[in-house]
Amino acid sequence: MKRIRKYGKNINLVIGGSILLMFLIMMVVSFLYTPYDVNTMDIANKLLPPSGEHWFGTDEFGRDIFSRIMVGTQTAFFVGTVSVGIGMVLGVLIGGISGYLGGWVDEIIMRVIDALMAFPGIILALMLVAVFGSGMVNTSIALGLMAIPGIARIARSGFLQSKDAEYVQAARLMGQTQVRIMTKHILPNVMSPLIVAASIAFAVALLAEAGLSYLGLGVQPPDPSWGRMLKDSQGYLVSAPWYTYAPGVVITLMVLGFYMLSNAIRDISDPRSR
Amino acid sequence: MAYFFRRILLLLVTVFLVSLITFAVFQIIPGDPIRIMLGPEADEARVETLEKQLGLDQALPIQYVNWMSGVFTGDLGDSIRFSRPVSELIADRLPVTLSLAFLSIAIVIMVAIPLGIYIAKRPNTLRDFVFSSVTQVGMAIPSFWLGMILMLGLGMSFQFFSISGYVPWSESITGAIGSLLLPAITIAIPQIAISFRYIRNTILEQLQLDYVRTIRSKGITERAVIYRHVLRNAMIPILTVFGLIFAEVVAGTIIVEQVFGLPGFGSLLITSISYRDFPLIQGIVMYITIVVVIINFVIDMLYAVLDPRIRLGE
Repeated sequence: MKRIRKYGKNINLVIGGSILLMFLIMMVVSFLYTPYDVNTMDIANKLLPPSGEHWFGTDEFGRDIFSRIMVGTQTAFFVGTVSVGIGMVLGVLIGGISGYLGGWVDEIIMRVIDALMAFPGIILALMLVAVFGSGMVNTSIALGLMAIPGIARIARSGFLQSKDAEYVQAARLMGQTQVRIMTKHILPNVMSPLIVAASIAFAVALLAEAGLSYLGLGVQPPDPSWGRMLKDSQGYLVSAPWYTYAPGVVITLMVLGFYMLSNAIRDISDPRSR
Repeated sequence: MAYFFRRILLLLVTVFLVSLITFAVFQIIPGDPIRIMLGPEADEARVETLEKQLGLDQALPIQYVNWMSGVFTGDLGDSIRFSRPVSELIADRLPVTLSLAFLSIAIVIMVAIPLGIYIAKRPNTLRDFVFSSVTQVGMAIPSFWLGMILMLGLGMSFQFFSISGYVPWSESITGAIGSLLLPAITIAIPQIAISFRYIRNTILEQLQLDYVRTIRSKGITERAVIYRHVLRNAMIPILTVFGLIFAEVVAGTIIVEQVFGLPGFGSLLITSISYRDFPLIQGIVMYITIVVVIINFVIDMLYAVLDPRIRLGE
């Protein structure tokens, strides 16, 4: 009970958690029900302002913007989950090995990581998109590869600090294998900064996906994407400004939700910051 | 001196690895890159000429060495889409992106540092809370959408801002600023948000140290305390964050240029990707990244200038 009250005081957790919960519910609902069909065009009702029938108005083909925003959550969660998944698995693997083994292996891996981090984020993603091609799956892979260096660095410093800790020495003396020591003993102990990093990586992936889709190099129609909606809305900025508000606000809200969640996890897991 | 040598060595290693990655990424393209670039109906003769022209008939290590020496001599081959030298195309677009990046950085410095100091002097007040919340939102807004909103809000109401296209400096200085200011503000806002939080925390930390109490007790004005002592001591962490921000600003120009229809690196890169113009993509990526690496190297050097402990160090 005391724990719950303490968490309740954490404004980041409450607001960030609520925002993300709302989007999760929206995603689940969107699989079962949307107010209008997301792809049916209705030219007679194009670019309508928000009203009781169309909460966020309609787009240039008369499609209901609210329904399209709802379905867009599927894309956002797909891209975010896949890219963070790739980033976490490979990042922790590479960083863990680098930190645990140390020596020249560490030196080589870290130099490559440094070089990868020298590419400004979106440039690396654009280069990968140029190679793999656009689309939802390729975008997710490109953003996942982009997330690896940052996560690997954090994993490395965790493994580096823990590799000579007493509990690791004890496990070694008990004759446990290196793999078991790394996965069963060190990993759980260095997990919290990694979860914080994953939450930030999710936010970064969402922004990058929106950016790539806005450039026309990310998610391709008919897959719904908020970034793509923003691209389409730009042509009607003056005549139908509401068209641009809805997708922009939901992207900002969802990214904000993940940033707040990452702050909350950091506060909870690191007693010094309290 | 050991510090300088180590930094220079690291710089060379990073540039080498960056070039290797940029080169290697384009080798893993499934299928024949020439056929992808020319499309499925390309005739054999054209494929062969292009292969020769790009040197793709040679062994990979030779291709790499040729390309890498081109990076230094400025000869990166010809763009396939534009049939002009890659370096010429890049040079054409350089003024726009460079002006935009410097203007953005200037805005970030002019806003974030004073704001950070102002709030650091009033920690945990209502103003602190408001600014911290606003900056969190500022970090979450997609920059290109921010650009569209600014365009809608400011660009449409004030004649001064041109909301699309670029006016060269040589033509009209006010025109150039008018065409670059909104995009620069767009790029700057998220970076102000990031650096403001960082500067606030750094200055706040410094203000709690003993030396501040000592110099205050000597009766110096608060202004001198901040600008002569605290800011100087906080300079290394602040420089670090500006190194990161420089890379973000460069990346920001790529997308924001598209929003405002500016003919810089961004639009060139996007065009080259849509046309799968690989020599051009490689050239742009390589040059942008080298600039970012060099800026960070310069910042590393500045550390040593600012802090003798690093220069003489361990």
